[in-house]
Amino acid sequence: MTPSLIVAILLFLSLAGYWLGRRAVLGMASGDFRRLHSLPRYYGYYVALLTLLPALLLLVLWLSLDETVITRLVMVDLPPALTRQPEAETSLLLNDIRNLATGNIASGEAGPALRAAADHYRRLLQLSRMILPAAVLLLALGGIALGLKAIHPGHRARPAVERVIRWGLILSASIAILTTLGIVLSVLFEALRFFQKVPLTEFLFGLEWSPQIAIRTDQVGSSGAFGIAPLFAGTLMIAAIALLVAVPVGLLSAIYLGEFASRRVRAWVKPLLEILAGVPTVVYGFFAALVVAPMVRAAGEAFGLEVSSESALAAGLVMGVMIIPFVSSLSDDVINAVPRAMRDGSLAMGATHAETILRVVLPAALPGIVGGILLAASRAIGETMIVVMAAGVGARLTANPLESVTTITVQIVTLLVGDQEFDSPKTLAAFALGLVLFIATLLLNVLALRVVRKYREAYE
Amino acid sequence: MDQETAFMTAVEPERERREEPVIPREETLGSPFLEKKVTLGARNVNVFYGDKQALFDVSIDIGRHQVTAFIGPSGCGKSTFLRCFNRMNDTIDGCRVEGGIRLDGEDIYAPGMDVVPLRARVGMVFQKPNPFPKSIYENVAYGPRLHGLVSNRAELDELVESSLQRAGLWDEVKDRLDAPGTGLSGGQQQRLCIARAIAIHPEVILMDEPCSALDPIATARVEELIDELRQRYTIVIVTHSMQQAARVSQRTAYFHMGRLVEVDKTDKIFTNPSHELTEAYITGRFG
Amino acid sequence: MSKPKKSPIKRRAIHEAVEAGLERRRRRDRRLRRLGLAAILLGLGFLAFMFASIAVLGYGAFWQTRIQLEIHLDAGEIDPEGTRDPTRLAQADYPGLIKRALRERFPQVRKRRLKRQLYKLVSSGAAWELRNEVLANPALVGSRQKMWITADDDVDLWFKHPDLKEYRLSEAQQAWLRDLEQKGQMRKFFNTAFFRHGDSREPEQAGILGALTGSLYAILVTLGLSLPLGIAAAIYLEEFAPRNRWTDFIEVNINNLAAVPSIVFGLLGLAVFINILGMPRSAPLVGGLVLTLMTLPTLIIAGRAALKSVPPSIREAALGIGASRMQTVFHHVLPLAMPGMLTGTIIGMAQALGETAPLLMIGMVAFIVDVPQGMLDPATVLPVQIYLWADSPERAFLEKTAAAILVLLAFLVLMNLAAIWLRRKFEKKW
Repeated sequence: MTPSLIVAILLFLSLAGYWLGRRAVLGMASGDFRRLHSLPRYYGYYVALLTLLPALLLLVLWLSLDETVITRLVMVDLPPALTRQPEAETSLLLNDIRNLATGNIASGEAGPALRAAADHYRRLLQLSRMILPAAVLLLALGGIALGLKAIHPGHRARPAVERVIRWGLILSASIAILTTLGIVLSVLFEALRFFQKVPLTEFLFGLEWSPQIAIRTDQVGSSGAFGIAPLFAGTLMIAAIALLVAVPVGLLSAIYLGEFASRRVRAWVKPLLEILAGVPTVVYGFFAALVVAPMVRAAGEAFGLEVSSESALAAGLVMGVMIIPFVSSLSDDVINAVPRAMRDGSLAMGATHAETILRVVLPAALPGIVGGILLAASRAIGETMIVVMAAGVGARLTANPLESVTTITVQIVTLLVGDQEFDSPKTLAAFALGLVLFIATLLLNVLALRVVRKYREAYE
Repeated sequence: MDQETAFMTAVEPERERREEPVIPREETLGSPFLEKKVTLGARNVNVFYGDKQALFDVSIDIGRHQVTAFIGPSGCGKSTFLRCFNRMNDTIDGCRVEGGIRLDGEDIYAPGMDVVPLRARVGMVFQKPNPFPKSIYENVAYGPRLHGLVSNRAELDELVESSLQRAGLWDEVKDRLDAPGTGLSGGQQQRLCIARAIAIHPEVILMDEPCSALDPIATARVEELIDELRQRYTIVIVTHSMQQAARVSQRTAYFHMGRLVEVDKTDKIFTNPSHELTEAYITGRFG
Repeated sequence: MSKPKKSPIKRRAIHEAVEAGLERRRRRDRRLRRLGLAAILLGLGFLAFMFASIAVLGYGAFWQTRIQLEIHLDAGEIDPEGTRDPTRLAQADYPGLIKRALRERFPQVRKRRLKRQLYKLVSSGAAWELRNEVLANPALVGSRQKMWITADDDVDLWFKHPDLKEYRLSEAQQAWLRDLEQKGQMRKFFNTAFFRHGDSREPEQAGILGALTGSLYAILVTLGLSLPLGIAAAIYLEEFAPRNRWTDFIEVNINNLAAVPSIVFGLLGLAVFINILGMPRSAPLVGGLVLTLMTLPTLIIAGRAALKSVPPSIREAALGIGASRMQTVFHHVLPLAMPGMLTGTIIGMAQALGETAPLLMIGMVAFIVDVPQGMLDPATVLPVQIYLWADSPERAFLEKTAAAILVLLAFLVLMNLAAIWLRRKFEKKW
């Protein structure tokens, strides 16, 4: 019986449980709703949940654990000569047993002990797959019986059902925590493995980045090619160019829309500007690489400058345009949060609009705007596709925006795209970079949110 | 389009230069018009918020170096009318002002009239104290700096000091001029706002319920201040407190549902009102 | 109280100062205004420029050049036994038939080198198309048919863009093409292959169906998981959660997760789903899972905002007549908040549909010709396909890339319009 068939039967059984529970309690109350503690359907839900949940839990646990258990059992029966080996060998052995059991070809020659083990393995697996449906269905039927036995007109079915739903809600809410935990742990563990091969100080303070050298296993990371400094410099340069574009343009747009534009213009222009944030980054990347970069290059050559075809400038410009809406909508929010009384006070003194904005509104909104800029900076640092497509891969420590630089995200992509051993230092380096990226953006965010919140509190 | 310019183009060409007081269509009782010493003269002012009319044919003169109080139940249009004198209504979307208001004989709604010099001449103090989130010094220095009234720091220091003195705040804050203005108490904040307004020497100060957010002691200080300021400034004050109107003003105007019902000397209004609505209001039958 | 000093300035001086500075101040006012307008025009101008250049680049890809050839579907070649058995028909030498037709069309070509150049005019996929044609209609065998054969991508380029400086075609080839063009034997057709094929090394055979299917599967997984989870989490946090450290922690977490770069989610997927749980690389299922984790915070935030916008009076009314809190939420609050939640979901899905970086991490960048048949088949998605094509050296892939972008943008526009429509339709005035 396949798992999906079992699940289908379970669903059917729980439906039956619902119907039985509802009918049973109505029968006990001789059809009189008012004698019941809860509405009749809650008794149905109660029985249905009792049918479904334990059985489903068993199914999932069984399916995820049975191979491990069987493997243990098989290993116990193996001759000690085969099991007393280093871990890598054992796992190879296990692979052979599994392959033999499923009828595939094993890597080495299959000795009689191995064959016996494979047979054993196959028998146990068959047994497990036979018992599983029986056990699950039995549990479901038991659930129905238990539920039907528990309910009576005074039974508090609704609170019980609601408790279950509530736990379901709590579990869903906790997924966010699990995700964060998953990110932190997975990235941290792999990064730690990387730091066993490459010392942390070298990673943080090394001035050279060329991970290619480490492909050869006999030369693991000892060449000093994992210095993150050039990546950091490149990331910061591109992010800085992006902010140089996005901050003035975004801020001025927000000022115009918030203070000068008529309501009609605002209603049209604001959503149009926000399209900029909705365009997939791969589209920006394409545009940056194929249209903007050649234009920047041509413009530079017109002035007699040498411009790389993957210049930091082109990638930064396009990224800047992408984050304009972040800056403008966040600035718009904080500018609107400045109380009207402040504006009126300034206007009543005879200040012009511009003076009111520049001397009163902006200084008052400054913390919020700074928060917005920090958020935009974190976007810029974490942005991947634009730089992957329009910036270079060669790590170079330079301050010239016309040259090609590389970024942390570009390196993560180049290190991981393609087939690698998961354990190779190249792959692990990507996780170390991911850790750096995660920490950097997290710090920026926490800082930004704190600044913005402080600012909000000041006006509420 | 900017609201101010939008407003200016919407202004009726019939904005007349009539010298004679026009008698309002709805008769206003008392003596709305003055023979001499007129600072502000409003004639047949109608104000609309979108389609809704908030003020109907209001005509009144405001006397020089006098305190004129506007009283009336809430929503009667007294604050709206006050904001016509420095064209603060221009900043409200969909607000339209018809009729004429003259400051020293000059039509402030005339096309081409810039609101900046107007507001430099007609200062305003708001209901809730609204100091800028800057230091006390910077709050007072804001107007002079804006309008370029001083040429050096020493002059500015002097101007800030004299303004704070006139607002009766100097002794309280002279040691902490760099402290933020928002850190002061409510009454001090309101006096700071008054100091801010008088730093540019307006001819008129409009006060929109300046004490409604203050405690009684702070209120008394501000009322005292208003009385002192009368020597140099023409003051129009909107208040919902009849006692306050009686204490600080020389003339009182009673508004009811967008109409100016009665204007007269303050003692006359409070002792012997001509209109039954005024009487009903001051005797507390509504409002 | 000290005696007030005399004011240092006179009113007349003030009037003069104000009047003197007025012109300058008004100029500055106008300048700020113009700067703001310029900033907006810059942003919108960039947007327009980007869309216009992509449209111009990609427009051509929806058309495909074909060459008309008279093909002799020789019964002796295709089906010597005359059984019309499909398996027999499928094995015939169709490339040979096309080559023969080309030789017949240009009998003057004799040299072997030139013949090879001649054969290069048609797509390598043309034979396969011909085969399908014959299989679909075996009655054609034995006849001579005038057929439109898909041209090679270099021919396509030559025909669509006559103004390029360089072509990867010899002089002889160009002469033949001019001859075909003059006789009206070369035409542009609507490019159905673009929508019916998976990826290919041959630009004229490459299509987006594989990528679209992959995107569809991934989005289905994302929607199926993130919609219930997001709604449930939002309900708990907004309606039931007590204000304590744990829920505060969850809240801070969600806000921070919403700002974690998407590529980090890709790393998580690689480490957890593929490495620890042993799921297959390049599978839409894994892609969908990663996108779920990525969009969930956005959905939860949007869901909470929607729940928050339901006025408390509704809850009080329901609680007041004796409904439990659970009943209040599910019977009254949730239905009212649903349009807002769905709007947020659509926008989240649009984001997921356009996402590229995390999918690169879990191996969805492989070159995959076959259209995926299930959640576990190796696949790619539309944005990744764009990335792959953008990297291809052939000039012909450039317009494919832009065209794929146009298709992607069309989907995003549709989704956003749906969101706007939903918001307008159910906008509630309390």
